[in-house]
Amino acid sequence: MAAIAVRLKGITKRFPGTLANDGIDLTVEPGTVRALLGENGAGKTTLMNILSGRYQPDAGEIVVAGSSVRFRSPKDALRSGIGMVHQHFMLVANQTVAENVALGLEAPRFLLHRGRMEREVRRLADTYGLPIDPHARIADLSLGEQQRVEILKLLFRNANLLILDEPTAVLTSGEIAGLFATVRRIVREGRSVIFITHKLEEVMEIADQITVLRRGRRVADLAPAEVESRRELARLMVGREVVLGVDREPVPIGDVVLELRDCSGSDRQGHRAFHHVSFAVRRGEVFSIVGVAGNGQTELVSAITGGACFTSGQVLVLGRRVRAGQPFAEERVGYIPEDRTGTGSVAGLDLTDNVLLTTYRRLSRRGLLPRHAARRQTAELLARFHVAAPGPHALARQLSGGNLQKLILARELSKGPRLIVADQPTHGLDIGATVEVWRELLRQRADAGILLVSGDLTEALSLSDRIAVIFRGEIMGVLSTSDSEALAEIGPMMAGVRQA
Amino acid sequence: MMRPRLERRLAPSAAARWGGYGVAISLALGMGGVVFLLAGADPVAAYTVMARGAFGSLHDVSEVIVKAIPLMLCGLAVAVAAKIQVWNVGAEGQLVLGGIGAAGVALFLHPYLPSVAMLPLILAAGFLAGGLWALLAGVLRAKLDVNEILTTLMLNYVAIFWLEHLYFGPWRDPMGMGFPGTAMLPENAWFPRLPGTRIHPGIALALVAAVLCRVALSRTRWGFEIRVIRESPKAARYAGMRIGRTILWVMFLSGGLAGLAGMAEVSGIHYRLQQGLAVGHGYTGIIVAWLSRLHPVGIILTGFLIASVLVGGDQLQTVMHLPSAVGLVLEGTLLFFVLGSDVVSRYRVRWGAPHP
Repeated sequence: MAAIAVRLKGITKRFPGTLANDGIDLTVEPGTVRALLGENGAGKTTLMNILSGRYQPDAGEIVVAGSSVRFRSPKDALRSGIGMVHQHFMLVANQTVAENVALGLEAPRFLLHRGRMEREVRRLADTYGLPIDPHARIADLSLGEQQRVEILKLLFRNANLLILDEPTAVLTSGEIAGLFATVRRIVREGRSVIFITHKLEEVMEIADQITVLRRGRRVADLAPAEVESRRELARLMVGREVVLGVDREPVPIGDVVLELRDCSGSDRQGHRAFHHVSFAVRRGEVFSIVGVAGNGQTELVSAITGGACFTSGQVLVLGRRVRAGQPFAEERVGYIPEDRTGTGSVAGLDLTDNVLLTTYRRLSRRGLLPRHAARRQTAELLARFHVAAPGPHALARQLSGGNLQKLILARELSKGPRLIVADQPTHGLDIGATVEVWRELLRQRADAGILLVSGDLTEALSLSDRIAVIFRGEIMGVLSTSDSEALAEIGPMMAGVRQA
Repeated sequence: MMRPRLERRLAPSAAARWGGYGVAISLALGMGGVVFLLAGADPVAAYTVMARGAFGSLHDVSEVIVKAIPLMLCGLAVAVAAKIQVWNVGAEGQLVLGGIGAAGVALFLHPYLPSVAMLPLILAAGFLAGGLWALLAGVLRAKLDVNEILTTLMLNYVAIFWLEHLYFGPWRDPMGMGFPGTAMLPENAWFPRLPGTRIHPGIALALVAAVLCRVALSRTRWGFEIRVIRESPKAARYAGMRIGRTILWVMFLSGGLAGLAGMAEVSGIHYRLQQGLAVGHGYTGIIVAWLSRLHPVGIILTGFLIASVLVGGDQLQTVMHLPSAVGLVLEGTLLFFVLGSDVVSRYRVRWGAPHP
């Protein structure tokens, strides 16, 4: 294995309206892991898309093994030994693992030796600790397994530098350990890895070198040993002292706004998703459901909001029964869905239409939608919730993730909800936006009960009065956040240990 | 190295859009000129003949308007469905059904109807018949997810066979001396004509329909739901919209508009069911809709434009002995360039080295 250093010099990339990368330098030495750390929108993915040939830089150069190169396509980059695993996988869903690995190979031009391909994929998978069945169809694999296929594709092409874009976002904690083992194995051979993330603990665990980006510029380049505290890394990422912890003054507890009575339900494939779930949420409290992603939270939320089916039990929202599988647009319920770009908003419509999305029934008069009133309402919400946007006429796709989420929050809160269902409300947001969302949710407790679904324990602990831990669709127990001793049980409960 | 690149615009610029439209039409006319040259004709003379054919006399203009009526209504039908991502290529069949519905009511119910009720009733019958015909495909799409491009297209053939069956068979005029066609409709089912021309109130129908469609799509709650469903079914479901039901209503409206075109042809031009009802207006309507970028008011202008190309194109045959298909070539060229100009409005062309 030839040990090759890759160097980026002064990379600059401009998109309409933004400077995504501003003169960034970066070096990856052979046999090392370089963590690329930064908040959403800091320019990490753009920079890596340039290094892997998907974008061309407006200025700057890429140096591989001492000579300057220009990549016109990802294929060019792969020829120089640089490959990337994107956040959204680039796999053909109805082909097998081996076929996906073979896809685009230059070697056999016409005939594919299926058996040989599968044998080679299996050998490679065993070598690197990436357990996978070469016969399996991609559509039948979990996201973690699909990620292994992406890594195998690069290893099969003998990539020297593997770029992994937020690889842990789709993994369970067990899978993360497996991925780290694979990464260590890869660098031991003299290959190198660029690891994109915004999770500090992962950086400290896996990285040999750390580059921090902020707003398109490199703000730090250091080794983990030089990092004094995670707090310091966080400060580098956001450029200011992080506010950890938010004030949570108690408010009087009121009526029950949401009640689940022994609910069970299944996912779209008909597999059991949640089982015998009962709990009640009252006005004035934040009740959160925490757990590792994929333990039934998604289906539970869609049962409550009326999207998916539950097979038995009852859901009562504001005292009214939710009918299974019927779309539901209760005016006094604010629902912040997990998928903010595809479900919570419509990228191709303007902000006025996006605010109308869940408020148009209230605003319409005899079937007509008064456009001026709608635009005025949107302008007010933009101002009141500090959404950075050109105005009500801007398209939703022009907003950054944080601003889009603030807009969705503003819209849902403008309904004067009695119940708020917030599914991963700060996922992927920077710390500034996160704290704004948290404060706003807490403020709503005076009028509403809040059901928070979160994969982020810090969030759940900062906001909730009570925390339910979900594992394989069952509630392992409900803890009060005022009982600091009980909180130690959260970790074991997330792994399936029932409350004592 | 100086090389052109396409750079995506965040929001399409209005100036670029209309400018692009103008450039596209000029280029299409230029291209048409080349076609004339290849056919051995002087382009200037040919365009002059076409223009004279379409606008040379009051009679010519009136024929353009007559031709434009079904094109406008079918264009609206296609556009309304396309607004919710439903590709209705069955306007032809829905037009035929509209004609059958209107003629059937007029032929068989006229003894029982007061004279003043006749026109409103056959109008409704035409709309209803076209709408229900489209609903067949709509139900299959909304309930079983059957591709509507196939069903609407195939239903065209079914509709045309029905039409032929009726005027060759059970509805054939017994006094028609073997001529294929139904009996003449009673006179109270005839649209009045502008004296000296064949222009009938179908033009008003098309204008009113266009304005109503525009208002419905841009100002109403229903139009908003259509917009959201088109852009993101997931978000529509999140907002509690009933996607299937909305698609059905849109299909009904779409088919109804094409049905109105059929009714207007029967009641305004033919006065009976006969050959010549299904002559491709439904297909040309697809071109009209896309040339107008699905804009209802644009469809009125485009319908008029295409009608004048077709009417003028007919003159090429008689005056210059060119094949009348030259008009169709011009129609295709227009579509080609206008759709191409979309690229210009959504992207900007940059020359030379990328921006530093």
